[in-house]
Amino acid sequence: MSQALFALFQRDLRIALRRRADTGSALVFFVIVVSLFPLGVGPQFELLRRIAPGVLWVAALLASMLSMPRLFADDHADGTLEQLLLSPTPLALLVLAKTAAHWLASGALLALISPLLALQFDLPARDAGVLCLSLLLGTPLLSLLGAVGSALTVGLRGAGVLLSLLVLPLCVPVLIFGVGAVEASSAGLGVAAQFSLLGAMLVLGLFGAPLAAAAALRIAMD
Amino acid sequence: MNWFKYAAPQRFHPLAGRAVPWFGVAAVLLAVAGLAIALLVAPTDFQQGDAYRIIFIHVPAAWMSMVLYMAMAFWAAMGLVFNARLASMLALALAPTGALMTFLALWTGALWGKPTWGTWWVWDARLTSELILLFLYIGFMSLHAAIDDERRADRAAAVLALVGAVNVPIIYFSVQWWNTLHQGSSVKLGGSSMAAIMLVGMLLMTLAFWMYSFAVVLARARCIILERERHAAWAQGALA
Amino acid sequence: MNWPSFDAFVAMGGYGLYVWGSFAVCALAFAVELLALRQRRKALQALPPADAAGQGAGA
Repeated sequence: MSQALFALFQRDLRIALRRRADTGSALVFFVIVVSLFPLGVGPQFELLRRIAPGVLWVAALLASMLSMPRLFADDHADGTLEQLLLSPTPLALLVLAKTAAHWLASGALLALISPLLALQFDLPARDAGVLCLSLLLGTPLLSLLGAVGSALTVGLRGAGVLLSLLVLPLCVPVLIFGVGAVEASSAGLGVAAQFSLLGAMLVLGLFGAPLAAAAALRIAMD
Repeated sequence: MNWFKYAAPQRFHPLAGRAVPWFGVAAVLLAVAGLAIALLVAPTDFQQGDAYRIIFIHVPAAWMSMVLYMAMAFWAAMGLVFNARLASMLALALAPTGALMTFLALWTGALWGKPTWGTWWVWDARLTSELILLFLYIGFMSLHAAIDDERRADRAAAVLALVGAVNVPIIYFSVQWWNTLHQGSSVKLGGSSMAAIMLVGMLLMTLAFWMYSFAVVLARARCIILERERHAAWAQGALA
Repeated sequence: MNWPSFDAFVAMGGYGLYVWGSFAVCALAFAVELLALRQRRKALQALPPADAAGQGAGA
C-alpha cells in the first residue's frame, strides 16, 4: 500500500515539476501581491515593518487558494480520479499523498521565498526567519483545508473562486497564530506557544482533512 | 407514537403547515411583551444611556445565529449519514434565516459600537466571530447553489457544514486570543450587573426570535419540499 | 414607564438614530424574509405541474 501512495506522490510531484507554468504562477502571484502593498500604503518602513507579517501571511493564503483547484481538477478531467476512487488503498491516504505533493510544489515554495519578500518590508532577519518557519508549519494546513474545498468543488463552474470563499474563513485560526508568532518574535517574546498551537492544528488537520476530502470526493463522483 | 413516519416529506409537509401559525402567534405575543419591556419598562442604563436597548435585538440575534448554525449542521449530518432527504431539506431551510440573524447581530453590533466606542465597527472577539459565521453561512448556501444535482448539493454542503461546525470553536478561541493580544474592546453592558427586568426582557426577545425562526424555517422547508416533490400527485394536490 | 413624552421616547436620550436604526432594520429584515417566502410560495403555484414519471391519474 505504501508503494501505491509513494507512486502517487511521485507522480503528482513530477507533474507539478513539468507544469512549471502552473506551479510558478501561484508563486509569482504571491510576489506581486506582496509588492503591491508598499505601493498602496506608502514606503515608510515604520509602517511596513508593522504590517509585514499580516501582509505576507494573507498573500500566502490567497496564493495557496489560487493553486488548490489544481489538486483534483486535472485528474477529474482525464478520468484518473475515478480510478483513484476504485483503488483498494484508502481514499483518505491517497488524498494525503496528493496533498503532500501539492504542498511541496506550492506552499513550501511560498514559505521558502518569504524571507526574500520580507526584505521589501525591512523585517529584521530573526523575524523573517520566524515568518518563514511559521509559513512552513502553516501552509501544510492551508493545503489540507484547501484539499477539502477542492474536493467539494471538483468539476463545478467557477470552482476556483467558490473554493476560496469556502476555505478562507476556516483558515482564520492559522492566519492568527502564524502572524502572532512573528509579532511575538518582534516584540522579543517567545514563539513557542504559537508554534505549538500551529502544530496542534496541523495534527488535527492531518487526521481530519483527508477524511473529509475523501468523503467529499465520493459525494462529488457518485 | 411513531415519529419516524414524519421523516417522509409527504407527511412532514402538512404537519409543518399546522405548526407554522402557532409558532407565528407565539412569536408575535412574545415580541410584544419583550418590546414593551425593552422600549418602555426597562430603565435607562447608568453608563450607556438608552443606546443599550439595542442589546434586546443584538443578543437574541447573535444567539439564534449560533443555534441555527448548530441545527443546520445537525440536520445536514442526519441527511448525510442516514441518507434522509428531509433532513437535508431542513438544513437548507435553516441557512437563510441563520444568515439573516448573523447579519442582524452584526448590524446591531455596529450601531451599538458607534455611540459606545465611537466607531461603526469594533473588532470585538464575538463580533469578529459573528462575521466569520456569516461567511460560513454564505459558503454553505453558495456551495449548494453551485451544484446542479440536488443530492450531490445536499451532501457536499453537509460536509462543509460539518467541517465548519468543528472549526467554529477553534475559530472563536483564536479570535478571542487575537483580540486580547491587540487589547481590543469588548462590547458588553457596563460594569454593573444587569437588572432583573433587563434579563426578563432579553429572555422574552430571545424566545420571540426562536419562535419566529421556527415559523419561518418550517415555512421555507415546506416550500423546498414542494419544489422537490412537485412531480408527485400529493404535491400537486397541495399546490392546487 | 420611562418616558415623560412621546418625543422623549423617539429621541431615546439622544441615541434615537442608533436604537431605532436597529429596531427598524430588524423589522425590515423580517418583513423581507416573510415577503420572500410568500413570493416563493406563489412562484410554486404558478408553475405548471412538472411531468410525472408516469401519467397523471385521470384528468
